[in-house]
Amino acid sequence: MNYTSKKSLTYNPSLTRNFWNKALTIISALFAIISVLPLILVISYILIKGGSYINLETLILEPEPPGDDLLSAGGIGPAITGTFIMSVIASIISIPVGVGGGIYLAEYSKSGKFAKFIRFGSNVLAGVPSIIAGVFIYAIIVSTKILFGSMFSGIAGGISLSILMLPTIIKTTDEALKLVPNDMRRAAYGVGASKFTMITNITLPAAFRSISTGVLIALARAAGETAPLLFTALFSRYYITSFDDLFYEMGSLSVLIYNFALEPYEAQNQLAWAASFILVVVLLSLNILSRWIGTLGAFSKNKV
Amino acid sequence: MLLRVDKASTSKFTLRRRPTSEKLVDVGFKNIVVAMASMVAVVLFSIFLVVYYESTESISRYGLRFLFNSAWNPVTDEYGAFTAIYGTLFTSISSLLIAIPLGVGTAIFITENIIPKFIRNIIGIMVELLAAIPSVVLGLWAVFIMEPFIRPFLNIIYELFGFIPFLSTKPLGAGMMPAILILVVMILPIITSISKDSLNQVPSKLRQAAYGIGASRWTTIFKVIIPAAISGITGGVLLALGRAMGETMAVTMIIGNSNNFSWSIFAPSYTISSMLANQFGEADGSQVSSLMYAALILMILTLMVNVFAQWIVKKLSLRYQ
Repeated sequence: MNYTSKKSLTYNPSLTRNFWNKALTIISALFAIISVLPLILVISYILIKGGSYINLETLILEPEPPGDDLLSAGGIGPAITGTFIMSVIASIISIPVGVGGGIYLAEYSKSGKFAKFIRFGSNVLAGVPSIIAGVFIYAIIVSTKILFGSMFSGIAGGISLSILMLPTIIKTTDEALKLVPNDMRRAAYGVGASKFTMITNITLPAAFRSISTGVLIALARAAGETAPLLFTALFSRYYITSFDDLFYEMGSLSVLIYNFALEPYEAQNQLAWAASFILVVVLLSLNILSRWIGTLGAFSKNKV
Repeated sequence: MLLRVDKASTSKFTLRRRPTSEKLVDVGFKNIVVAMASMVAVVLFSIFLVVYYESTESISRYGLRFLFNSAWNPVTDEYGAFTAIYGTLFTSISSLLIAIPLGVGTAIFITENIIPKFIRNIIGIMVELLAAIPSVVLGLWAVFIMEPFIRPFLNIIYELFGFIPFLSTKPLGAGMMPAILILVVMILPIITSISKDSLNQVPSKLRQAAYGIGASRWTTIFKVIIPAAISGITGGVLLALGRAMGETMAVTMIIGNSNNFSWSIFAPSYTISSMLANQFGEADGSQVSSLMYAALILMILTLMVNVFAQWIVKKLSLRYQ
């Protein structure tokens, strides 16, 4: 049986399939450009507009009450420290719990029923809207005044942020530990290590980089969150001066942006832009840092 | 090589029993990590229980009527979340409809070898960095930059198509349309990065086989690559839907926060999360319980979407492995 064709074998651009090929390629390129556009626009506006309001006074002064002084609105100093303090509180709670939970999933029960349930639960928890975390902490901590009689407090804010960090940390710890080759575990058992020694001396250090990537990403997400802080930490215009101040309202960059963006005064709006500048620069650096740590060379599935 | 044997190591080998302290540490450590893992379940269940418990008053008073009543009046103590539920579903689904082609198209563009890998990587990283920008900052940008920019275009659409009920009010600033657009910006990175990952995981044999029998690039993409990656893409889309429904800050800042129901996408509206953000701080009495009821509805909606997402990823991912 021989096959003959009168069609030319050279590339013919007017064929329907070749036309559609070109057209769809162009459309997908266009989509990619549209998708990147918002990032470029947002970043450039934040950096240019926000950056232009940044000076030493903005960074350290306390914000003035809106409408008091139309020319100057003070600064964002307390909000910066507040965001920092609440992120630290959230990390102190969520890193041990998240890493511990991840250790359980990866080292003790890889495919048990309970582990499956916890994995499912942490995926569900990751999908819980952040404002619900705020409502929850409001109901159990703020409205019950369970924290030594204080209502809105920086600690309550930190706890609500820790709920948002927890699932990310558990998931990355679980996955990072699973990538550690089993040979290392067997070698550790072989020289007589107990399970605790094996985990703390062998697998955790081996997975340290991937875990810290996850922690940084979780932290970057939590530090930018506003919704959970709206009715837990509320907002404060003052620096904290003593340990006791942790039990009172605490300002944060994100709530400051939200409050001051909706004020009708130009000076307050400028502070919101300045706060956005600081927040975006810090969060993008955290993200890029975590990417960089991630590329330093974690275990991959291909290696042993 | 001369093998030197130490005196010590030639001495009789003894079996050492593990000291009790070491065993206790082992057991204790296991119990601690089990407790920490259980924290996830504890937190999740207590969120449900607390939100449910706080909303019981409102649930028993309004029942399912709450879902279809658009009154929200603290003075007469009459509450219904219809406007907010409609707003939540409408904004999230329409933003999804815009974001799916954009996100999947971008993912295809950066996984196919159309342009050099270096540029594709940069586009991929940029889209993922967009996810790192906090929603309140996007809200600020939407209020001061995006909304004033798009308002003239929306006005033109209103002038031309104002007779359609969905476009029947004059765009005056905050409203549903800008909220939908900012939601697109927020969920685009989710769809793009998850679609990219699942497109990358499609075995190259499938692509080579399709090319081998004479399929063009886009025939291969539509008939082979996308069907093979559909589980991951669907999972990403559903995750994005969950995120869009729960998104609070950017939407609150731009949607206008009005409980007056309107079919028009140019009119101010409400979502459940923006209602919570707006009113929860100053609410008391039965308003708190009604807000908790709305929060419960939001939780159930996002929970259904997330569970469905996990189920569909599991169900469909078996096809090409």
